[in-house]
Amino acid sequence: MLRALSLEPERCTGCLQCEMACSFENEGVFNPAKSRIKVFAFHEEGRFAPYTCTQCDEAWCMKACPVDAIVINSKTGSKDVLDSVCVGCKVCTIACPFGTINYNSSTGKVIKCDLCGGDPFCAKACPTGAITYVDADSTGMERMRAWAQNSPSAAPNYITPVEKSTQNYQRAQ
Amino acid sequence: MAWAKKILRVNLTEGTINIEPLNMEWAQAYLGQRGLASKYLVEEIDPKCDPLGPDNKLIFTTGPLTGTMASTGGRYSVVTKGPLTGAIACSNSGGYLGAELKMAGWDMIIFEGKSPQPVYLYINNDQVELKSADAIWGKSVWDADKTLRASHQDPQIRIACVGRSAEAGCFYAAIINDLHRAAGRSGVGTVMASKHLKALVCRGTKGVGNIKNPMAFMKATEEGKKVLRENAVTGAGLPQFGTQVLMNVINETGALPTKNMQQVQFDGAGKISGEAMHEPRKSDGKPNLTTNAACFGCTIACGRISTIDKGHFSVENKPQYWGNSGGLEYEAAWALGAATGVDDLDALTYANFICNEDGLDPITFGATVAAAMELFEKGAITTQDTGGIEFRFGDAKVLTQSVELVATGEGFGRDLGLGSKRLCEKYGHPELSMSVKGQEFPAYDPRGIQGMGLAYATSNRGACHLRGYTVASEVLGIPEKTDPLVTDGKAGLVKAFQDATAAFDSAGICIFTSFAWSLDDVAPQVDAACEGDWSTERLLELGERVWNMEKEFNLKAGFTRADDNLPARLTTEPAGSGPAEGKVNGLDKMLPEYYIARGWDEQGVPTAETRQRLGLS
Repeated sequence: MLRALSLEPERCTGCLQCEMACSFENEGVFNPAKSRIKVFAFHEEGRFAPYTCTQCDEAWCMKACPVDAIVINSKTGSKDVLDSVCVGCKVCTIACPFGTINYNSSTGKVIKCDLCGGDPFCAKACPTGAITYVDADSTGMERMRAWAQNSPSAAPNYITPVEKSTQNYQRAQ
Repeated sequence: MAWAKKILRVNLTEGTINIEPLNMEWAQAYLGQRGLASKYLVEEIDPKCDPLGPDNKLIFTTGPLTGTMASTGGRYSVVTKGPLTGAIACSNSGGYLGAELKMAGWDMIIFEGKSPQPVYLYINNDQVELKSADAIWGKSVWDADKTLRASHQDPQIRIACVGRSAEAGCFYAAIINDLHRAAGRSGVGTVMASKHLKALVCRGTKGVGNIKNPMAFMKATEEGKKVLRENAVTGAGLPQFGTQVLMNVINETGALPTKNMQQVQFDGAGKISGEAMHEPRKSDGKPNLTTNAACFGCTIACGRISTIDKGHFSVENKPQYWGNSGGLEYEAAWALGAATGVDDLDALTYANFICNEDGLDPITFGATVAAAMELFEKGAITTQDTGGIEFRFGDAKVLTQSVELVATGEGFGRDLGLGSKRLCEKYGHPELSMSVKGQEFPAYDPRGIQGMGLAYATSNRGACHLRGYTVASEVLGIPEKTDPLVTDGKAGLVKAFQDATAAFDSAGICIFTSFAWSLDDVAPQVDAACEGDWSTERLLELGERVWNMEKEFNLKAGFTRADDNLPARLTTEPAGSGPAEGKVNGLDKMLPEYYIARGWDEQGVPTAETRQRLGLS
């Protein structure tokens, strides 16, 4: 089964645990500035929205890359950046309609979500279940789009932590 | 490690910025944040200095866990000599600024002197500059925030700022970060404005590394989060109701100070409670509460995000207040509500917005309005003093007018900006100020919760609930239930809470974790992050060292045993209703026991033995 990150903004509290988990897993430091997942805060609306690469089927970043540095991971379906090939031209960052592939000035390469090879740390770190890693056919993108377009009338007005299985940080650097 | 091991020293008089290594010897003895910055302060300033003069210093400080994945690891504190009290001040705030400062590579910023012109400090990692604040001086925090964002063209900057109240010299101005989080008490914002420092603007992209043992740290922090998740207070009560979960509980305990502490229960408590914030309004069917929100790294998410009813009198024709912002926490709801007798939830929410917009401590503000109401009731002030406002208990319009006046420092707002002690002295009734060392009480009446009387009387920053929250034990049964109506055993209880709290406050985490965590839960996280071996015992001793150091600063500043006291009302006028009916606070019995438990002499001075045991030189 192919799985995907499911993002439910109505469950996000803006704690940024996902950004820290992502940067720690990928960069070895707690650093939201280097996270592949971002939480956007909408102050006036009182809402937070986590956002990252949706792993488009027709991945424009991949098509735009002049050196074929972005490849499909056959195990997870993610589109991964090959650091050894990437020349840092940033064309992919322009091609991406969602702004979820970004240039990392300290390495001269681009960075994007690779689903942590099939075990995404952001989902494990999210305390409220706003980020889950589920069957790719049931991520509820349509519902999210509806939510993004309309003020959520049915959303609960408080968010509580969810049960998590014991987590394994074996891969932590 | 976790410390960035670098601090900034900014001399505002000279306009110079210097980088210094963090004193790691002190870091091993005082850890960080409250403890470590207080050590710097007591070493560097004269305890007798004028808090609003150039000789006072203002320290923004993070802890070693700030900016890490430890739950609630986003805190910073502001340490200085407080103008409201003249005592050592340390105000703690959440939001995102503290983590951003750490991400930029700094443990601490020490501000010295006084700038000839209004300035703000801009930090972009290693790039640190003092910039002219001409465009934001005279503006509210919220307006200054907009201006700074427009001029820096960087949506990711984090901002801490003082409002017009601080510029006008209000004695209890707060420093507001991220629009609605506050280093709130003791007038730390007033000190900032006195230095002509309007704001701190920070962007940090270096991140926090240097974790001593990353694997152990991830394991320890995850275990800590599990404890928070499974605890009824931190896993359910706080996310759902915020600290406002307490309003009805404390009222039923008979410890909700009402109408300037003339009563201990408030008829309108239900209408301003956490539960009421969930009730749909008649006008638009929406509740006051939009959602809960977290500070950086927090897995509890007790923060309230609220709106005011667009049809409410306070925001008529003021669309700038129709959106969401930080809503009522318990202490603010109590001070703006029960203390003043106002039971209008929208009026309280509006007053809270203005406290954030212009940087006011809502506890001292509300309690000062309450004192003014009693002065008015007694005829000590009249409409001639107040500019025509009739300060009657329960009048929501008086509350909203007052907050607007203090926010801008206009009219009677000048007098209200003095705080209750100076206000009541000015009008000849010092006994009507419900304060210790000049700082007003928060939301727990010490006649109904005896231990809090001792905690208030001995708090190093003046009356405060965040220095020794025995409410946890006496009302909520954390870690074990004690009888709120007796004084027996409270001396030891208060000391234990004070010492543990000082350790939490020195680590970079939020004290609200202590509803679920003991230092046994904190020690493994600190130990995995920081150089050295960090046990529960070491943290507890560190907390006690911090407490004694703060106390010694206050002694040198001129405080004596007579200042470890409560207003006569609380020790002579019995509670009129509820479980504590007929009770006064038994401070006279608890205080001598407390001094003994602390290893202090009968004047409240740490003995040579105690000082030696704690390594205080």
